[in-house]
Amino acid sequence: MIRVSGLNKTFRVSRRKAGFGNALRAFIRREYNSVQALRDVSFNIHAGEMVGYIGPNGAGKSTTIKILCGILTPDSGECEVNGLTPWRDRRRHVRDIGVVFGQRSQLWWDVPVIDSFELLKDIYRLDTASYKRTLDELTGLLGLSELLETPTRSLSLGQRMRCEIAASLIHRPKILFLDEPTIGLDAVSKIAVREFIKKQNREFGTTVILTTHDMQDIEALAQRILLIGRGRILLDGSLRELKKRFSGLKTITVEYEGSRPVPCQGMKLIKDSEGQASFSIDTDFVSISQAISHISGTAEIRDLSVEGAKAEDMVVELYKEYRI
Amino acid sequence: MRAYFSLFRIRFISAVQYRTAALAGITTQFAWGFLLIFSYRAFYRSNPGAFSMEFSHLTSYIWLQQAFLNLFAGWIRDNDIMGAITDGRISYELARPISLYGKWFSQIAANRVGRTLLRCAPILIVAFILPEPIGLGLPPGFVHAAGFLASMLLALGVTTAFVLLVYSLTIFTLSSYGLWTVLVMLGDFLSGHIIPLTFFPGAARRIAELLPFAAMQNMPLRIYSGNIAGGDILLCISLQCFWLLALSLLGYLVMKKALTKVIVQGG
Repeated sequence: MIRVSGLNKTFRVSRRKAGFGNALRAFIRREYNSVQALRDVSFNIHAGEMVGYIGPNGAGKSTTIKILCGILTPDSGECEVNGLTPWRDRRRHVRDIGVVFGQRSQLWWDVPVIDSFELLKDIYRLDTASYKRTLDELTGLLGLSELLETPTRSLSLGQRMRCEIAASLIHRPKILFLDEPTIGLDAVSKIAVREFIKKQNREFGTTVILTTHDMQDIEALAQRILLIGRGRILLDGSLRELKKRFSGLKTITVEYEGSRPVPCQGMKLIKDSEGQASFSIDTDFVSISQAISHISGTAEIRDLSVEGAKAEDMVVELYKEYRI
Repeated sequence: MRAYFSLFRIRFISAVQYRTAALAGITTQFAWGFLLIFSYRAFYRSNPGAFSMEFSHLTSYIWLQQAFLNLFAGWIRDNDIMGAITDGRISYELARPISLYGKWFSQIAANRVGRTLLRCAPILIVAFILPEPIGLGLPPGFVHAAGFLASMLLALGVTTAFVLLVYSLTIFTLSSYGLWTVLVMLGDFLSGHIIPLTFFPGAARRIAELLPFAAMQNMPLRIYSGNIAGGDILLCISLQCFWLLALSLLGYLVMKKALTKVIVQGG
């Protein structure tokens, strides 16, 4: 469904040191640095996949998404989405995709949300019956009934975001690009949005590509992960494989009474406060049961839990491993 | 086509939201209109022969200009579009299956029509009530009234095509003010926004009257009062059609070029 090969994109960024003198100097002679946002980026995504596109700030995530949406033109490389080259057949291409840019708004600021939706209906040339059906469904699932008649400017961020997502889905796109869709949302809205995206994928086979810094988004949504750093794809694999790779790392958290339990070899104390201690365990050296029996032998344990690697920790490890 | 009409509608609705701003605008336009009329009256009294336009034609010109300021003045900025270019909202604009040129054209025209309809009535009514020669008279005949309406519609098109061309150029420069200020001020001067074109001296006047800017407010306002008459009306309207096509085509090509170089500001 999506084929990307050898994508390159360079931006020219002017820069100068701080201060008035330097600002004047830059006025006469400006220095530019080229920033290579993408270097030889290639990947394939099949219909119905949900892919988490992760990487630190400035890694090239949004640039890739914008190229895939036909907004930016790359310097070189090929890309095919649904059989079309996004930047060459922009208008035909965007008919079948939905986009959410978490930090921007596509709704008309001064008018009620429903007016923006009606406009999208005409832009995508939807027939009234199917528009009504989709709208009703989205309204129910995202809890919009109270919001539709409110002007966008009066909505809270979370409310607006739910409307934004609905706006991106009103034409039933085959592919959904989500650029930080849960930015600034509260816990309840985040869960609602994630559930909704999952449902879209399950029921309509919508392909979802998601960039985010929220690892819970990744854990909830992405079956597959693409890691990008400094413009290069560093890793492409399933979340499960990745987890297996880090499965050697477990964390035991204990609540204890009296003196703190003493770790044995292969265990390391990570945190200790107010009678609660966490140990990381390298299962190559010591098994979970050995570790537990060791701890319980050295202190009075009130409660104990074992956790595998969290996406958050894995990403930190990955960033370290690839030095990005 | 339906999509562009819908865009026109939603932009129109947005444009008529702010009533206090409209009230402030109307007040300013009254003050400005009277200021101009009384200054010109002083000039006319000292040497009536020096003017190529009757005083009553001039007052009609000024009142119509004030009433339809938002339709014709280049300096009326569409902040939605400027904002889309400078802060990166253009990403969403490009993610729609319609022509960006057509979309922005509809929006600019709608904004201008919306703002004008909200403001023009009080000015027109008061100007009609005002006594001769400082008030607004009726057009000399049906031909002039019809010519005025047709020419006004075309002038809106030419103005829209011109400002859209300027907006497209700002996609390259990114700072919206520099280029915009220079081109729009130049355009306003050459369109008869500051003084009617007929007051320009000799050759300057003949050149200015052929430029696209003359096809903006200069023509409809002078057709209304009868300052342009007879076969000249048709000539003016043809010239407007020509400039509407030429500027739209140029703007379309410039935008097409700009979009291959688009950079989304702000991540």
